Amino acid sequence: MTTTEAPATPVRAAADPPAAVRAVRRWGFLLRRLGFYAAAAAAAIVLNFLLPRLMPGDPSSAIVEELQRVSGQQVPPETLESIRAIFGDPDQNLAQQFVGYLGQLARFDLGVSVVNFPVPVSELVLEALPWTLLLVGTTTVLAFVLGTGLGVIAGWKAGSRLDSILTPLTAFLSSVPYFWVALLALWVFGFVLGWFPLSGGYDANLAEGFNLPFLASVLHYGALPAATIVFSAFGGWLLGMRNMTVTTVREDYVLLAQAKGLSRGRVILRYAARNAMLPSFTGFAMALGGVIGGALLTETVFSYPGIGYLLFESLNKRDYPMMQGVFLIVTLATLLANLLADSLYVVLDPRIREQG
Amino acid sequence: MRTGLLGAGLVRGWKVRVGLSVIGFFVLLALLGPWLTASIPGLDPRANDLTAIGQPPSAAHWLGTTQFGQDVLAQTIEGARGSLFVGFLSAVIGTALAILVGLPAGYFGGRTDSWLNFLSNLFIVMPVLPLILIVAGYMQGTGLWVIALIIGFFGWSGGARTIRAQAMSVSNRDFVLAMRTLGEPHHRLLFHEVLPHLTGWIAAMFLSGVIGGVMAEAGLAFLGISDSGAISWGTMIQAAQQQSAVLRGMWWWFVPPGLCIALVATAATLVNFGVDELANPKLRTVRRSVVRRAQAAETTVGSDA
Amino acid sequence: MVTQFVPDTDRPDAGTTSARRADGDVLHVTGLTVEYVTDGDPVRACADVTFTLRRGEILGVAGESGSGKSTLITALTRLQRPPAVTTGGSIVFYPRDGGPAIDLVTATPKALRALRWTSLSIVLQSAMDALNPVMRLGAQFADALRTHDRTLTKDAAWARAAELLATVGISGDRARSYPHELSGGMRQRASIALALACGPELVVMDEPTTAVDVVMQRQILAQVLRLRRTLGFAVVFVTHDLSLLLELADRIAIMYAGRIVELGTARELYDDPRHPYTRGLRDSFPPLHAPLTRLTGIPGTPPDLRRPPSGCPFHPRCPQRFAGCDTDLPELVTKGGHSVACRLHEPTGRPDPVPDPASGPASGPASARTEGGAS
Repeated sequence: MTTTEAPATPVRAAADPPAAVRAVRRWGFLLRRLGFYAAAAAAAIVLNFLLPRLMPGDPSSAIVEELQRVSGQQVPPETLESIRAIFGDPDQNLAQQFVGYLGQLARFDLGVSVVNFPVPVSELVLEALPWTLLLVGTTTVLAFVLGTGLGVIAGWKAGSRLDSILTPLTAFLSSVPYFWVALLALWVFGFVLGWFPLSGGYDANLAEGFNLPFLASVLHYGALPAATIVFSAFGGWLLGMRNMTVTTVREDYVLLAQAKGLSRGRVILRYAARNAMLPSFTGFAMALGGVIGGALLTETVFSYPGIGYLLFESLNKRDYPMMQGVFLIVTLATLLANLLADSLYVVLDPRIREQG
Repeated sequence: MRTGLLGAGLVRGWKVRVGLSVIGFFVLLALLGPWLTASIPGLDPRANDLTAIGQPPSAAHWLGTTQFGQDVLAQTIEGARGSLFVGFLSAVIGTALAILVGLPAGYFGGRTDSWLNFLSNLFIVMPVLPLILIVAGYMQGTGLWVIALIIGFFGWSGGARTIRAQAMSVSNRDFVLAMRTLGEPHHRLLFHEVLPHLTGWIAAMFLSGVIGGVMAEAGLAFLGISDSGAISWGTMIQAAQQQSAVLRGMWWWFVPPGLCIALVATAATLVNFGVDELANPKLRTVRRSVVRRAQAAETTVGSDA
Repeated sequence: MVTQFVPDTDRPDAGTTSARRADGDVLHVTGLTVEYVTDGDPVRACADVTFTLRRGEILGVAGESGSGKSTLITALTRLQRPPAVTTGGSIVFYPRDGGPAIDLVTATPKALRALRWTSLSIVLQSAMDALNPVMRLGAQFADALRTHDRTLTKDAAWARAAELLATVGISGDRARSYPHELSGGMRQRASIALALACGPELVVMDEPTTAVDVVMQRQILAQVLRLRRTLGFAVVFVTHDLSLLLELADRIAIMYAGRIVELGTARELYDDPRHPYTRGLRDSFPPLHAPLTRLTGIPGTPPDLRRPPSGCPFHPRCPQRFAGCDTDLPELVTKGGHSVACRLHEPTGRPDPVPDPASGPASGPASARTEGGAS
């Protein structure tokens, strides 16, 4: 998204457009992004629909057989219907199947888990989702804030001793695979030192709910996974922000801010960092997909009761309904997070609001 | 021009040199690994030494042995080949796709660009790892080839974006516009005029593609999607995880392969850093050596006056 | 970018009456030397620059690109960043209120900050780049105003911003605009108003009119002159366009390869340029008052500062060089207020009487400005 300077005449003409035009323009960017994400969501749904149908064999029959084997009884007709709607019905053409599939989704019916028969996938997903939102959501934001903040400092003091140590070190940290850091952390802090529990998201002996011991155990169990995610994710933001700050600091408006005699903090925050973070923010939206993927792996290491662990389990046990369901939810959640990031961007950059 | 600049500058700067050396080392390891493990006795990655089950590093087994009595050092060497194979193959595919989508988008602009750009944006916002997982999950018993193909097929979008932006800027330069007006055929312009200007970017992209591939392979293997017969850094970590190496305190099993991945990735980051410094002169002015010299020069003024 | 011929109207009578005040000087720059630190030998971008700026005076600094004039701007305002480093000299500022003189080179960051904008401000070349794109115009005035006057309320600062904008012909409600919502000319005028916000004694201007069209350029320069008359600030006006300076400046310094090679009043430089380089520059654009004649350029290109020529840096291009020019560096010698660094004018070095100025360099079709601009 390169910003090119508009030719002089239109700018002058656009100086005082009617209020209505301005409002449309202001929200035009957001509307376009909204359209894009709607299209992306549609694409994800279509993909989710097509994937099992593109695969060799007949997944739905295989799943039904598996269900019968697991449960040792005849699969109820409504379950059969739901499975067929999601994984393909040999008696219907593709268009009919798609309509049926959409109907299923509208009812939030994602089929039945093979492993946890007869629990519906939607129930399992909804149960796991808050854990992931809590863990991945907070750590992603935390890593972004921490990395961006340190990146500003490293960039402002670029070439200093601090920068020359921090930057290569972070380059290393950001290159380490998430799940490996998680393994190391688990070994050192969980196994060797015994400071943190080895697996799970809470103490299973406590009653779930809003009571202090339970919440404390959630914090205790979540601390290590959270720390490893922040640890492996903040480096990427730091590096990006550092280089962006180095470039921004040499912009004329930062020079002028210094010339104005503003305090150093003000120059850094309101002028340098404020502008340097704009591309970083775009990067944030772009990297969300990858970050979420990495965080899902971390959940696996800690057997954290979130979506990532669910996905891992369903993969290992070939629980296809669960795989499909988790994938759909993760994709939609990622798109939503992207949309949120874009909306924030509109607030942060006045120029984007005006682009027709 | 850019390529020349990159070529000349690549030799300078410790970041690029160190980075390339590390990558070169691992590439050599991948190429010579099988020969090494075959010719040195006791270094067979698949041999099960039943007298040494899950032993910590010792003189006989420098990096210890696995729960199956396999030599970790031998496996790490052998793993370089598997991991880098997936990395390179997926990078080739990913880079080719990125060029295929990004180049015409940037060059033709207009409607072509709208559609191609939509496509790459779509892949950018999608959580690629779960997507790969699902696809790989359906393909039971996948080999390294298939895994590399899938990674490459889903991992081109970021690169396409870069290529598009660069192709756009090159295509709008006067010489290309002039040749277009003169009726030079598009394919000639694309491949003989525009593409050569992007060599530097493509090289950088390929490098990060290799690293992305290595990381993705490890992630997939960790989740159990891998060729059970093949040895890669990812399968090593997965085997360690499956055998609860952490709970048995067998750090020597999962530390070396992860460290190798981290080293290769750091090396690539260093190279990218160096390339950035070449491409962006502002970054060059903040190199430690320059800043230190500037500080030294500045203090002399202070003491003089 | 070629700057157009400026018609002869509205020309201040340089060096005669107007805003010059008798109470002395505002700035003494002595031996200022700036180097760029590189992996190899340092590159000297400003060498031994010495001049005096009088109160309320407009001093023009002219030179080709690469002559060191941009380096001079950031050095004078102490805004340079590594790899640019001031390695010698002093910049002594004399406050209007008779306070103690202060050397900007050795001043502490705190002292310097207090001086900024209230005494010393700057107008940068491109207002588009110089204004923070994500802050409203008024906020960019207000933070400067409120930094230097802690008692000022936010509302009062914004009101003052509107007033300041009005002085340069921009309606006050524009304070609520973002920079990208203004036209190029407006932005440039706004940044001049911004520079005057805290009543500075010295404004450094870096080619503030190159980014706007000729009509706007005229307007802006007229405004600078008018404001200078009413407010009495001194200006260091840096540009590659000598013709513009001849109209605007009281005195002009010519820079070449990081050195001042000639310094005199605008009229002296136009009527009697002493340095062969100044003469070449003058002859390379259309004369203001004489009938149009064939333009002549300066052959050759500006020196590479990484490998400066020995002796006088201009000698490889000089049509009047003689024995010794390639070994001896001429000093800036002042005679009757007009300084020149050329061995032709040193009492000892001259081989024969100064040749007729008209017999300048062999005329070439290209103009010096295009050469300079392209390098």
